[in-house]
Formats: sequence, C-alpha cells, structure tokens
Amino acid sequence: MQNRYSFGGDEHLFVECDESMSLEAFFKSLSMTNAVRDSQIKGVTEICPANASFQIKFNPDIIRPDDMLREVQAIESAASKTDPVIATRIIEIPVFYQDPWTHETLMRFRERHQDPKATDLEYAARINNYSTVDDFIAAHAGSPWFVSMVGFVAGLPFMYQMVDRPRQIQVPKYLRPRTDTPKLTVGYGGCFSCIYSVRGAGGYQMFGITPMPIFDPEQKTSYLRDFMVFFRPGDIVKFKPIGREEYDHTVEDVAAGRFAPAISDVTFDLREFQKDIDGYNARLEGMINGR
Amino acid sequence: MAVKVLNPGLSTTVQDLGRPGYFHLGIPIGGAMDRLALRAANLLVGNDEGAAGLEAVFIGPHLEFTRDALIAVTGADMPIKLDGEEQPSWTALKVRAGQVLSFGFLQTGARIYIAIAGGIDVPIALGSRSTYPIGALGGFKGRAIAKDDELPVGSAAAGTEGRSIPKALRRRPGMPAELRVLPGLYWHRVTEESHRNFFDDQWKVAPEADRMGYRFRGGRPLQFVERDQPFGAGSDPSNIVDSCYPYGSIQVPGGTEPIILHRDAVSGGGYFMVGTVVSADMDLIGQLQPNTPTSFVKVDMDGALKARADRAALLDRIRSVFD
Repeated sequence: MQNRYSFGGDEHLFVECDESMSLEAFFKSLSMTNAVRDSQIKGVTEICPANASFQIKFNPDIIRPDDMLREVQAIESAASKTDPVIATRIIEIPVFYQDPWTHETLMRFRERHQDPKATDLEYAARINNYSTVDDFIAAHAGSPWFVSMVGFVAGLPFMYQMVDRPRQIQVPKYLRPRTDTPKLTVGYGGCFSCIYSVRGAGGYQMFGITPMPIFDPEQKTSYLRDFMVFFRPGDIVKFKPIGREEYDHTVEDVAAGRFAPAISDVTFDLREFQKDIDGYNARLEGMINGR
Repeated sequence: MAVKVLNPGLSTTVQDLGRPGYFHLGIPIGGAMDRLALRAANLLVGNDEGAAGLEAVFIGPHLEFTRDALIAVTGADMPIKLDGEEQPSWTALKVRAGQVLSFGFLQTGARIYIAIAGGIDVPIALGSRSTYPIGALGGFKGRAIAKDDELPVGSAAAGTEGRSIPKALRRRPGMPAELRVLPGLYWHRVTEESHRNFFDDQWKVAPEADRMGYRFRGGRPLQFVERDQPFGAGSDPSNIVDSCYPYGSIQVPGGTEPIILHRDAVSGGGYFMVGTVVSADMDLIGQLQPNTPTSFVKVDMDGALKARADRAALLDRIRSVFD
C-alpha cells in the first residue's frame, strides 16, 4: 500500500497509510512517525500518529510545504526497506467489567442506545456472536491490544485488538452520544477499545472501569509524576479482569501512592507476530512483570 | 498583586499563545483564538507578545484592581468602562488601585482580550499558561475564572499610557465573513457538484461555536462518492478510520453541518474532512458571532502562503507602532 499525502492548510501534512484499519497500516504509521522524529527535520512542530494515518505540523516560514512533502516521501521509501520492528512496552491494565458506575450511566442513557432492553455488554456480546457476556469479556481480556492512537482528548488511548480480522470485535457507537461517561471507563466503538481519561461526553459502548488513573494534570499519582499522560502510541495493553474487592484495594493503593502498573519493555516484530499470532501473544503476555 | 473577579462574564479564560508539542497525546495547542488581538494588547502594555491575558467571549468580566496597573483591551467591540466611565479600546489605559473595569454590551466581534502589564502570572503548565478546561490544565486552577478569584499579575516596568493601535491595523472579519480554505484531506469523498456547492453556498455560524470548534449551517448537504466503507471506518459515508484532525480542518458529520476545529480542538476522530482554513484566517473565526453569514473561499497553497505573509506583514506594522 502506498501512502496518500494531502496538506491540511499551510501548517499540516496529512498522510493516510491505508483507508482501512489493519495492524500493517498502524505499524506503518508508527514507524514512519518514529522515522520523521529521528530525522529532526527543521520546522516540524508536532508529530501525531493515528490508527492508519498520521499528521505532521510544521512551520511554513521555516520549511516550505513542498519541501516538507519531499522529506517525508523520502522517509517513506527508506522506511519500506527497514525491518518492521519496534521497541515498546507491555502494560497490564486491571478492569472491573460490569461495574456499578458504568451500569448506572448506561441505564440513564438507554434511549440513545440501539438496544434499550440490553446492557452495552449484552448487546456487544450478542452482535459479535458470543453466547454469554462472560465469554465476550474473556475475548476482550484474552488478547493484547496495540495503542494505535492517543488523543481525542488528553491522554485517551485508542486500542486495536491484536488478533486476525475474523476474530476482531466490532461494535457501533451509541445512536446519539451520551452527555456523561464516568472517568476511566473502558469503552468500545467500531473496532477500537478506549479508556476515557476524563469524565465527559462519549459515544462508545461501556464495558467496565479501571481503577488506574491514566491522566493527572496535577501529577500527584505516583507513576504520573514525571509526565501527566500515561499512554504512548505503540504501547501494548493487556486487560486483567478484576472484581469489586481488588478494584477497591487498587483505588486505595493508587491514593496512597503504593500502586505501580505492571510494565515490561518488549520488542515487537510484526513478521514474527503474523507467523503465529496466538503463540506470539502468549509470549508477550508472559513478559508482563517478567512472569 | 491580584486582580479580583467581581463577575466572571460568560466564559473568561487565561490564554497566551498556547502549548505546542502535545497534540499527539490529545492535548491541544490552545491559546488565544484571535492571536493578533492578544499580541496587540500585550504590545500596548509593554508585555512580551506571548504574555498571558484574559479572553472573554460575548460578555466581559468585572474586575477590581488592587494596585495601579496599565491595561489594554483589544478584539471585539464592547464598551470598556473604568468605574463606569467609558474608555477607548486598543489603547493603553492607566488603572488606579481600587478601580473597577467593566464592560457594556457586545457590538461587533465575539471575543475581547484584556492584557495587564506584567501578564497574568498563573503557573506554567506544559510550557503555557493557557486554560484547557477539559483536561483541568493550565490557566487559573485549570478552569474559567469565577467570582471572587484573585488573579496573580506579574511585576512590570512602568509603561506608557495612551498609546493606541490605529484602526486600519485592527483586523476584522468582513460581512459576510470570508474564510479561505485549502481543499484536501478527504475532499475526494464528495462529488464535484458538492465541491462547487460548498464554496458557492452561504453558510451561517451555528449556536454551537466555541474554542473547540465552530459549526456552520445553511449550505446544501454534501453528496458522497459511493464506496464500500473500509474496515474500521464505521457505516456512515462521512465516517473514516479515526485519524488526526488538523487545526482549522473542516469536518462535515453526515455531510450536513461543517465544523471548523479551533485552538482547543479534539486531536482526532472518525469524521471525514473537506479541507482546512488557512492559518492566516484562524484569528477571524474567533471573532464570529452566531448567525454571522460566512462564505468559504477556495485557495491553493500559494494563496494560503500569500495570506500568511499578509498577516505577518500586518503584525509587523502593529509592532512598528511601538518602535
């Protein structure tokens, strides 16, 4: 697949790696934005990877738009010759599925939902051909996810399921967006899972909640003291289902500064992954906390 | 020294020239919507052009000064009063301790900028004092100012009162407003007839217009080029696989009402975009009231860069007032 280039006004170069979402398109977007960052092109002010595309903001007083385009196109031809390998990290995120807070919220907005008589999880399980909600949760928590984009609002991760396409979960967004979503809700829309970093409006289906803050502008959370945003594009996430007791404990631990997310550095190789997805994922999961 | 907020107005926030560098994490650049107006206000009171001031939309605040100060108000036309007595806009004004700054009804434009010599001295967050309310970041405690807040002001050398920006150098949107647009991004998703209609039709600013984005109504709905929706894009023809959104980009959910993203933009999402307002015209959007008739004017990249150069030349002329 060949990139499609377009200018977003006089200050942005917009690059679509593919119209469709795929791990290959995401990987191309991520490796190209890494290469652009490494090349230190003068005049570049922002480098933003997205799911299957990316965007470079530049100062046209320093680099002419046509020169900017040529620089990035040169990187594309060089990038096609490099190995699809990135150094990243795998993170375990505890999730309290079917929690009381998202349940209360989804009941309040039932008239905006495709299936007002079912919960978001019951609806998502049914349309993805899972016979029970528990089976669906097992699938959501059963494979790792790539953080394919951080954004919309501060620190919100979009996550793409690392399975082959027939097994990919897909769920439409609410018919009309809610005006409220609890902070740290684990949501789902299209083929992406997300975690709402702040409370607010939202259209994604709500599956559960994590006790682990991912955005802290005051930087009081122990693991957010260095930087207020937790996620980075390219992170790999594994959800760990927890119950009410562990949820409450974790909330207390976070407040007391005792909680440390389980994180390990990993190298991801797209070719090795594609040879044996389940085996590769099992090895990745084994690396969380060096287990 | 502090400025005491007697009445905050509708939504008054601390803004400077923004915090570039964090859009890839969903944190927008923010800062004054009308950057020329903020720069001019700062120049009038002897501040750095990028010092933090107050941006007030539609309704001005009432502020009590606890110390003598030099201030200037630029941007929209809104009568400026000191202890009830009307004062000139775009002019450096001396305020004595105990005096109250207040405003009359908005006439034209949408946002005023209040600069105070020394600048609003709230803590710097990620390189800027601009307020990002969704993230509770920057500004005064991460939010719009409220009654009884005491805003800290930095120290300043004695400035010169009475200096003023000539009327010819105060940039305003026309009537109808014209915003120059470089077509692109997902422009190919709509038909050639819609390409013409988009630029031929007259639009109006909708009530849903704020620092995140400005919505427009009144033009003909856009017709899409047929296609099978790509995997992950969603079922509506206006959906795309969630991508980045440029500042100034124009998304048209459902093909009906264009939304121009502004300084507090969401960084990405799943709606196609027809193009982008050129950087030079972003300031103008900050001065549009709801219902303002608006035309989109098609330009190519040379036109966009020419507009940028013209705006830079205007800023140089404003600066030369102070040489």
